[in-house]
Amino acid sequence: MSSRTMALPKQRIRTGRRSNPPEPTQGIQSLVLRVLVYGAAICTFAVLLFLIGYILIRGIPYLTPDLFSLEYTSENCSMLPSIITTVEMTLLSLVIAIPVSVFTAVYLVEYAKKGNKLVGLMRLTTETLSGIPSIVYGLFGMLFFVTQLHWKLSLLSGSLTLSIMVLPLIMRSTEEALLAVPDLYREASFGLGAGRLRTVFRIVLPSAMPGILAGIILAVGRIVGETAALIYTAGTATELPSGLFSSGRTLAVHMYCLSSEGLHTDQAYATAVVLLLIVLAMNTISALIARKLTKN
Amino acid sequence: MSMHTKYKIQDLNLHYGTFHALKNINLELPEKEITAFIGPSGCGKSTLLKTLNRMNDLVEGCSIDGTVLLDGEDIFDRMDVNVLRRRVGMVFQKPNPFPMSIYDNIAFGPRTHGIRKKAKLDEIVEKSLRDAAIWDEVKDRLDKSALGMSGGQQQRLCIARALAIQPEVLLMDEPTSALDPISTMKVEDLVQELKREYTIVMVTHNMQQATRVSDKTAFFLLGEVVEFNETAELFSMPKDQRTENYITGRFG
Repeated sequence: MSSRTMALPKQRIRTGRRSNPPEPTQGIQSLVLRVLVYGAAICTFAVLLFLIGYILIRGIPYLTPDLFSLEYTSENCSMLPSIITTVEMTLLSLVIAIPVSVFTAVYLVEYAKKGNKLVGLMRLTTETLSGIPSIVYGLFGMLFFVTQLHWKLSLLSGSLTLSIMVLPLIMRSTEEALLAVPDLYREASFGLGAGRLRTVFRIVLPSAMPGILAGIILAVGRIVGETAALIYTAGTATELPSGLFSSGRTLAVHMYCLSSEGLHTDQAYATAVVLLLIVLAMNTISALIARKLTKN
Repeated sequence: MSMHTKYKIQDLNLHYGTFHALKNINLELPEKEITAFIGPSGCGKSTLLKTLNRMNDLVEGCSIDGTVLLDGEDIFDRMDVNVLRRRVGMVFQKPNPFPMSIYDNIAFGPRTHGIRKKAKLDEIVEKSLRDAAIWDEVKDRLDKSALGMSGGQQQRLCIARALAIQPEVLLMDEPTSALDPISTMKVEDLVQELKREYTIVMVTHNMQQATRVSDKTAFFLLGEVVEFNETAELFSMPKDQRTENYITGRFG
């Protein structure tokens, strides 16, 4: 009985065109639900808008040419060295993390037999890895890379730490993307006498590219925004790192230092504006790439 | 015409785990003829087809005993599986072009087998598409994605792709089951043309199709070959009661 009474108003909504006013209780229920849904959406949007707006308003007035001078001094608080360090750090971390994580995912999806105990273990490990707070990575990086291996606070220590951190991220999204490639493609390729290697590299990986790229974008976001793991591994040197074994600060770390010192809050906001723009630009570019890839 | 046997299947048994999917199959498939496998769903006809180019290797828990001879060579023994699949092309139930251009789809097979020269590839692509009777429809858009074609065109593209590696045998697993009647007709006509050069084995659900297209027909039931004969004979004078029941529509 109840199902029948429930079905009626549903149909009324579907056919639309307020011929009969809905029953009062139903009306109130749907009103409440609607308010909740819209409310939640507006809240989310408003918070984001407020955050960005706040940063822009506080930061833009202080975006002076000084902030982009080649050398950092405590007067100009230049962020240019940090921007360059950020780019270097990101590229280095990705160069290490992408091959390892993508190939691991390829192994898990394409090569490992179902029910393989190793696979379960690897999934568990990566899931655990992705749940660890970044400060723990920082601590590990400091103890292992910096102290144990004597690599000092350096680009290399920092990027290795970060690449361990983003490994599960890229791996999981690659795995999902590979699993989403229809078996029909694999069968067609095998059916033409192509081996597994060729099938994976020529057919499966290209088809999975947008998904893999999405994972890489997420990873880039984490790397660019990371502070805790870097302070103890890459340090906070203000000048451009001269090599793999010298210290440097990324933009996010730079911001952290500026605001924790408390002397340059305005410059910190200006830096935040630039960081925001960089992240935004990167997301747009990668979305464009992803769209182009899926079109073909 | 003296009949050369292309495939000789002897005492073939196949298990998926504990399920006995093929039982004591003995068949001889003649060269340059079309053999149809018919039977109700789950009777093992597709399984046997996939055994012929060892696509079953990919299925976990699949074990095979017995022999399958291709021109007298055992395909499970000492024959490289990729060489086997170069000699035995396959067309699948659902059109499955790769998400790349029409040209690259056709060229994938030849490239796999080491052909790199552009001129040679161009030649193969054109010939394969002509042989699959789709050249005129696609010649102006070879660089366009194959996914933009209609289902019928995609299936003929897949046939062209299989032909591009110049196989000796073409296995077709219900190649028209996802197509509309006009596309089906085109594919059937094409198959008739192709039998001049290729040995064709076709699984079909559609008995009319088997009568229209094939020279010989094997009727499968519950993993066994119940009857194997000239198509005309099998459909007009079935020897086995079960065959008769099936073709007269009493089950399946």
